[in-house]
Amino acid sequence: MTPEALLAHVTSQLRGATALPLQDTRGQAVVVVDRDHLTAALRFLRDDPQVVCDLLADLSAVDYLGRTPRFEVVYQLKSVTQGHRLRVKVPVDESDPAVPTATTLWRSALWAEREVWDMFGIRFTGHPDLRRILMYPEFEGHPLRKDFPLNARQPLEPERDPIQQPWFPESRS
Amino acid sequence: MSAMASEPVARAPHELGDLMEIQMGPSHPASHGTIKFNLKLDGETIVDVDVEIGYLHRGFEKMAEQFTWNHVFPYADRLNYASPLLNNVGFALAVEKLAGLETPERCQYVRVLVGEISRIADHLTCLGMAASEIGALSAGFYMIEAREVLYDLIEAVTGARLTVTYCRLGGVMRDLPEDFAERVRAAFRDLGGILADCDRLLSRNRIFIDRMAGVGAIGRDDALAWGLTGPLLRATGEPYDVRKADPYLVYDRFDFAVPTGTRGDNYDRFMVRFAEMQQSMRIVEQALAQIPEGPVRADDPRFVLPPKQEVYGSIEGLMNHFKLVIEGQKVPAGEVYVATEGGNGELGFYLVSDGSGRPYRVRVRPPCFYGMAALGDMLRGAMIADVITTFGQVNMIGGECDR
Repeated sequence: MTPEALLAHVTSQLRGATALPLQDTRGQAVVVVDRDHLTAALRFLRDDPQVVCDLLADLSAVDYLGRTPRFEVVYQLKSVTQGHRLRVKVPVDESDPAVPTATTLWRSALWAEREVWDMFGIRFTGHPDLRRILMYPEFEGHPLRKDFPLNARQPLEPERDPIQQPWFPESRS
Repeated sequence: MSAMASEPVARAPHELGDLMEIQMGPSHPASHGTIKFNLKLDGETIVDVDVEIGYLHRGFEKMAEQFTWNHVFPYADRLNYASPLLNNVGFALAVEKLAGLETPERCQYVRVLVGEISRIADHLTCLGMAASEIGALSAGFYMIEAREVLYDLIEAVTGARLTVTYCRLGGVMRDLPEDFAERVRAAFRDLGGILADCDRLLSRNRIFIDRMAGVGAIGRDDALAWGLTGPLLRATGEPYDVRKADPYLVYDRFDFAVPTGTRGDNYDRFMVRFAEMQQSMRIVEQALAQIPEGPVRADDPRFVLPPKQEVYGSIEGLMNHFKLVIEGQKVPAGEVYVATEGGNGELGFYLVSDGSGRPYRVRVRPPCFYGMAALGDMLRGAMIADVITTFGQVNMIGGECDR
């Protein structure tokens, strides 16, 4: 589908979704969805026979410090069968940085959401195993936030004993 | 926040039953890359595996926010350091889309040429390592030798073997050398011979097939759900290749096939990569035949660095250079997601600009990150020796996975 047709179809079918004008987005299809309608919207985008976004290519976030709402969680969707791309953006407020998980729809969200939690401190409610992924467990702060200082020092952690410490999270055993 | 952050607790033997927990890595001689597998084993069978990444995290995305757009290119080299030119091209295309900048036709051909040579080198690295890790040392060394031939080509163009930093906003650093076509033909003659040798050594080798076929298999729908792209997805039979699906540069002018597998196992992944090298060679030959004369940089003083003669020879050139280097290119505010076909799959750059000279946000979609996420699923129920072959075919490049 062309971006115009895709956006017209998606916004006519979805509640709480606004399409951004194509001249502002370099011709790429972008919809902004509010958080309460997110899961239903993503499910529709995956299952609708005309949209079929079968690949969640990427999931990340942007910190617009000083703006309200402060964060935006961004889903890059791709339909391998239909050929089009669609970007879904969800504004998230600083006071309650949480978004419903997409892991029930695409398993690629499992690690991607862990990374967004690690880097931005945005929680994904319903995620089965929301641990840090790139940083170590004792790391303090969320480094990709704009107010995380570049030269931040971390407290020295005592050496971990690999024999004594279990490494399988309890949720998995 | 995390189970690992809790107090150290000794785990009583009865909690595990007959299972054994073993940590493989982070520094293991048979895994190229720093990575840890926390394995739960029943004998030699893997019951559960938790993959731990992040050992090579350098904060690429945070660093990119501190510099001007052109300063990000050296960092982009160090993402997938097996094919740095593909990262260079991917990042350049994304910024140019954001800036609305058109590059000359010759520049697009040059980017295709160096990118495809880099892709062959990337696949050779992956396959050579995969072969030598399971004992096919001679085939491994042959492939590394073939890669050396390609590195010589890349060195002739960019002046460096690995950390090339060849692309610039709106063009490339310099034009191809005069005798590039002859050099490529000579290199491809060597390469063709080595690939034929490796094909004879591996493709129908009983030991190799026993180690690879049926191991680490994943179906087409599962692969898509895990976000797999590139050779991992194509081995399942889905012919998704960004060069065909969303053609960029001049890829729509070339005649090349997208090799696919059927079973989605390690053997199919190996064969898909092998066939892709031959397709890349076809693309390079066609590009050499079609490449037009002309400039390799766009003529747009807002974004493109002036030639050195002008910088040192005229006050306008000097001012222009100074402003671009110190203040950065004022890429108009907005955001863009541009995907290219990297060595391991869809390499995407999601860029946000606020109109200042520096990126507001640079997000890389690293293809092997998603491959590593699916690795646990591929390995459950396999043998411990299969970790090596499957991990080899996922082809994790630490720089790209951990950024």
